[in-house]
Amino acid sequence: MKAAQTKNVSAVKAKRQGLTREEKTFHLMLLPGMIILLLFVFIPLVGSLMAFQNYVPAKGLLGSKWVGLENYKFIFSLPDGRQVFVNTLVIAFAKLVMNIFVPVTFAILLNEITAKVFKRTFQTIVYLPHFLSWVVLATVVTNMFSLEGPFNAVVTMFGGEPIQFLASNSWFRKVIVGTDVWKEFGYNSVVYLAALTGIDPGLYEAANIDGANRFKQIWHITVPALLPTVVLMTALNLGNILNAGFDQIFNLYNPIVYETADIIDTYVYRIGMVERQYSIGAAVGLLKSVISFALILGANKCAKKATGSGIF
Amino acid sequence: MKKKMSAGYLISRVIIWAVVILLTLSCLLPLINMVAISLSGSDAVAANEVGLLPKDFNVSTYKKLLGDAQFWKSFLISVERVVLGTAINMIFTISMAYPLSKSRLRFRAREVYMRIVIFAMLFSGGIIPLFMVVSKLHLVNTIWSLVLPGAVPVFNVILLINFFKGVPESLDEAARIDGASPLEILIKVYLPVSLPALATVVLFALVNHWNDYFSGLLYMSKAEMYPLQTYIQQLTVDLTQITDANQLKQLASMNNRTFNATKIVVSTIPLLIIYPFLQKYFVTGMVIGAVKE
Repeated sequence: MKAAQTKNVSAVKAKRQGLTREEKTFHLMLLPGMIILLLFVFIPLVGSLMAFQNYVPAKGLLGSKWVGLENYKFIFSLPDGRQVFVNTLVIAFAKLVMNIFVPVTFAILLNEITAKVFKRTFQTIVYLPHFLSWVVLATVVTNMFSLEGPFNAVVTMFGGEPIQFLASNSWFRKVIVGTDVWKEFGYNSVVYLAALTGIDPGLYEAANIDGANRFKQIWHITVPALLPTVVLMTALNLGNILNAGFDQIFNLYNPIVYETADIIDTYVYRIGMVERQYSIGAAVGLLKSVISFALILGANKCAKKATGSGIF
Repeated sequence: MKKKMSAGYLISRVIIWAVVILLTLSCLLPLINMVAISLSGSDAVAANEVGLLPKDFNVSTYKKLLGDAQFWKSFLISVERVVLGTAINMIFTISMAYPLSKSRLRFRAREVYMRIVIFAMLFSGGIIPLFMVVSKLHLVNTIWSLVLPGAVPVFNVILLINFFKGVPESLDEAARIDGASPLEILIKVYLPVSLPALATVVLFALVNHWNDYFSGLLYMSKAEMYPLQTYIQQLTVDLTQITDANQLKQLASMNNRTFNATKIVVSTIPLLIIYPFLQKYFVTGMVIGAVKE
């Protein structure tokens, strides 16, 4: 770190020797945080090298046998090892698309409502689910999709057989994506609402004089104005494509739907923490981290190119 | 805006209102249903007769909850964790954000630290090595396992860096000329003008700690040490244990649905109490967060 620091110095300003008094305080202020990051981020990172070992807790990282890529070969020889990657991508991609489409639509519609009292009331209500945990909402969702719940009431009203939504491999993913969108669309719409308030009202007035109706105005003024935000959010969320939502799925799934619902994170938890195959769990986790990291860096570059701003 | 009362205009108004109201109700009604279940008789709940209003209204489950020792024990653990965790989060957030908000002319090592912080935000070793570290440090089964691993909330640090950068440099300079130390400047100049940003960060930390169930599940081996969300998670049917569809069906219509609903409602009340503040400040938070490096 010292070396990098001195390099930096020469790059920034001509030879200032030693630390200023202020800099000493700054280093001291950062020290405790750095210790925390060292302990709970960087040491576990070294620990994840157990992905290339046949890790035995009693022998530790230094004593356990190195096996190269054997763990990865093993994972990809298992059908469920491959399946979790597919499930993760399918669920995360569907969420990515819907978590943009629904909030954008909602923001545009809400923006059309000019009565302040109503607008604010609607906002207050739709932001609420975002702040509730999936532990709480899993019970709510289970109620809604139970055999006697409202969704099955609609199904039977149209003469269908009641469906066990949460125990059906053809329905589970749809429920997961739908309820995730339901929880977050209000919160996600905030950025788009902010972008909408930035539109020059003069544009609408001009369009009005030209005889464009409201739909045409939305299509030709509102939607293009939102496009940069949409591009930015898509790029940022692309980096999250391997995070299909552990908390949600963990609280809603069951062995019947592992086939379609098991994602990387739930798999790592079960295989590593429940079955205690530490190396296999760590190997899957590490692979996920590496791919995600590359994706985030790439997505951030794209976002910067497309809109001039990224996350870092 | 001019009002044209053509048929097309009216129809579009009706559609817009209908969709917005439907979406809003979809967020509200399932939660009301939960409250109604908690206030209903268990027979009515089992027979699935409870909609938005309680049936056979009674508060017996609430009375029963008052005597539920484990619930309150978990409730207290959660409160302790929220207070301790949020305080620690804030100390780290402020003490890291302030130096990192300075230009690299004033703080030459800034870029190195920024790289470390951003890397820590983006890359994780995964839960298994983390669990090993926490257990090696003998933190398992202590409250520290719930607050220390996440003590540096990197996202909040970056949010506060962005806010501090927006504080006029002249305030800082004036204090420096008066001979104030960096810590004095932080406490007397920066913190007072950063109250909205601090409120946002406090609320984020608070909600995070209150809602987290996973670290309790991971690090607590005894059920009596579970924080509230972990307790509820374990209680509302451990679905991973169920292997056939009939069992799932049975569990869904079990009698303790009323009691569980009560626990869920009570566990949500603290969030509802701070909700007006949450709503006010998280928008601020998103706006500050949007001002990128």
